[in-house]
Amino acid sequence: MTDNTLIFPVLTHLFTAIVSLFFWQKTVSQRIISIVGSAVAMGLSIELFVKVWTGGILTLQAAGWDAPFGISFVADVFSCSMVLLTSFSGFAVSLYSATGIARARMLYGYFPIFHFLLMGLNGAFLTGDIFNLYVWFEVIIIASFVLMTLGGRKAQIEGSVKYMAMNILASAFFLTGIGILYGITGTLNMADLSLKISALENRKLVDITAIFFVIGFGIKSAVFPLYFWLPSSYHTPPSAVAAVFGGLLTKVGIYALFRVFTLIFIPDNFLSTLLVALAIFTILTGTFGAVIKNNIRRVFSYLIVCHIGFMVGGLGMYSEIALTGALFYLFHDILVKTNSFLIAGLIRKLRGTMNMEKLGGLYAEYPLLSLLIAIVFFSLVGIPPLSGFWPKIYLFEAGFMDRHYVLIGAIIVGSFATLYVIANLWAQVFWKNPPETPGDSPLTDDFKPMTRFRKALLVAPIAFLAAITLYVGLGAENITLVVQHIAREMKDPSPYIEAVLSKNIPQ
Amino acid sequence: MEIVLVLLIGILYASGIFMLLRRSMVKLLIGLTLLGNGANLLIFLLGRITKGKPPVIDTAAKLFTDVYADPVPQALILTAIVISFGLQAFAIVLLKRVYVLVNSDDLDDLNTPEEEDI
Amino acid sequence: MNSSILKTASNYLLPILLLFSVFLLLRGHYHPGGGFVGGLIASIAFVLHGFTHGTDATLRLLRIHPGVLIPVGLGLAALSMFAPVLTGQPVMTGLWIEEPLPVIGLIGSALFFDLGVYLVVIGVVLTILFTISQYSE
Repeated sequence: MTDNTLIFPVLTHLFTAIVSLFFWQKTVSQRIISIVGSAVAMGLSIELFVKVWTGGILTLQAAGWDAPFGISFVADVFSCSMVLLTSFSGFAVSLYSATGIARARMLYGYFPIFHFLLMGLNGAFLTGDIFNLYVWFEVIIIASFVLMTLGGRKAQIEGSVKYMAMNILASAFFLTGIGILYGITGTLNMADLSLKISALENRKLVDITAIFFVIGFGIKSAVFPLYFWLPSSYHTPPSAVAAVFGGLLTKVGIYALFRVFTLIFIPDNFLSTLLVALAIFTILTGTFGAVIKNNIRRVFSYLIVCHIGFMVGGLGMYSEIALTGALFYLFHDILVKTNSFLIAGLIRKLRGTMNMEKLGGLYAEYPLLSLLIAIVFFSLVGIPPLSGFWPKIYLFEAGFMDRHYVLIGAIIVGSFATLYVIANLWAQVFWKNPPETPGDSPLTDDFKPMTRFRKALLVAPIAFLAAITLYVGLGAENITLVVQHIAREMKDPSPYIEAVLSKNIPQ
Repeated sequence: MEIVLVLLIGILYASGIFMLLRRSMVKLLIGLTLLGNGANLLIFLLGRITKGKPPVIDTAAKLFTDVYADPVPQALILTAIVISFGLQAFAIVLLKRVYVLVNSDDLDDLNTPEEEDI
Repeated sequence: MNSSILKTASNYLLPILLLFSVFLLLRGHYHPGGGFVGGLIASIAFVLHGFTHGTDATLRLLRIHPGVLIPVGLGLAALSMFAPVLTGQPVMTGLWIEEPLPVIGLIGSALFFDLGVYLVVIGVVLTILFTISQYSE
């Protein structure tokens, strides 16, 4: 049914960005506007999710032009749960930014750009048109370029060059794919494409087009062999920015992969093998990178790459159970990765460095805070009742059913490496005594002298995300319901197609 | 006409990828630009070239009775051009800034370690 | 540049180009033209002035920094996009007044959207070009 409310999360961020543009260089007002805007967007996203979960798929034909001729916006359960998770992460990061971002960066328009980025993310999740998806991707990358370079330290700018070059390259491949897709089908609406592509007889042509999308989305979501840009750029921007990037930007590539490869190109033998092979290599390279690094944020960057492999592998196996596992992992990963980078930023505030060798003794000094962080780290590893554990069961089950033993092996290696890395991090940063000679630069604690309010602003978002992660783990049966529903919709996209292409007269 | 465009697209893609693989930042930028232009031409070609039939309907008529050019590829290309304009403007400023900071055009010199890693 | 011919010409070209850009903006609904093209023409007018008289002189002529136009234009476009929601129609539906006005003709929300685009394009293009030119001086 046609409903304007599904576009409201996008519009909220747009208006928040515009209003904060009017308050250029008034950083206090911008902070308040940003937090209020994110909170409103979170409320609207929750409302949207409830509406879609109880009432079925919502569609909106922009300007009332019927699909497949106009641009459609579609909110199925997958889209709106991504919007919901984005709004949680966005709210947390917006809260964290209020103290976590230096004032100099705010003067250059941090908050408006941040909301443009969130607008782009929401738009990408909600659109039902492949070219519109491209446009939202561009909104995202332009905003992310600015966030990445904001501040202009040397290492940061150098990381941005790699990030920029790879992302523009990915867009060029994506655009090429869209061009070919339009050439062979004559439509851009994803539901319509789904019908037309399955009717095509030349399957080789379809496979080749699919390769363009694999490359385009693969670069964006840091899949082997095109992941190099991620570990060489994600450790450079401020932690709040890195949190959005790590939690959401690669995941939007994964979202697009899932959307395109379950709706338009149904993975056949060739694509399935390709995706599984890519996933195995992605997991292994991410693992090896994470094990040898010393900087906390570099470790997390490689863990992102490693865990992207879990999701791509789930998509490659393409059974309902595998998709369930991969989607569950996606939900868990968005929350935990955002939180991990926020924690990295907090550690930097506590000690002034992120080098694990120079850190130590945090548990002795901040026991309660350490326990909070431990919840997040245990979720990331997947200690049984917590959120990282459940999706792996589904992935293993699917792997054994379809005999993808190598992938299972890779996932096991990846999980153990994550455990090792996090255990090592915990031991070095929290349990080890602080090193006697902290090197040439004495460690500084920016956290202690802060007022209680500012401390709360730093810790509250981490606690907020940790609480949601706890719910995802302990209330896994509810999450499973949602995820299984999405997986069923992916295996049989006919309700989606019907909802988009049925001609509803707007009320 | 099509064969000329096909060759042109091939050349643009090939030279774009070639330029991307060089080590110079300026060549990287040129490569990205060429690749973007190649993609735009590809959309133009795959939208079927129709000569001299604009998709504009007479005021008297209600339906198209003639063959007409597909307007969608042009809308797509226009959007893509505007986007690549923005991206390239940003890329130029960024690369200029990098050149000032690093004083080199070589991409292999972009390896300043974070102060925390030392 | 110190060509006196160009300098004199640009003084006369500035108002003509601006007028032409408004013309393109208004005819954009049913003919080739529109906010984007109009905005580009208008920014060309200022860039030409900047070429001959220097960027600072153009900024003095503009009185406001072109960057201010971006939020104004964005706000205008976003509001005209949002307006149909208040009447219960899908986002971006064109709302039109019943009776045509003299000279301008029918006015709809599309005109305000175009006007927003026009302002954003001027703001963005001038900000980019002036930043680059001041940066390289």
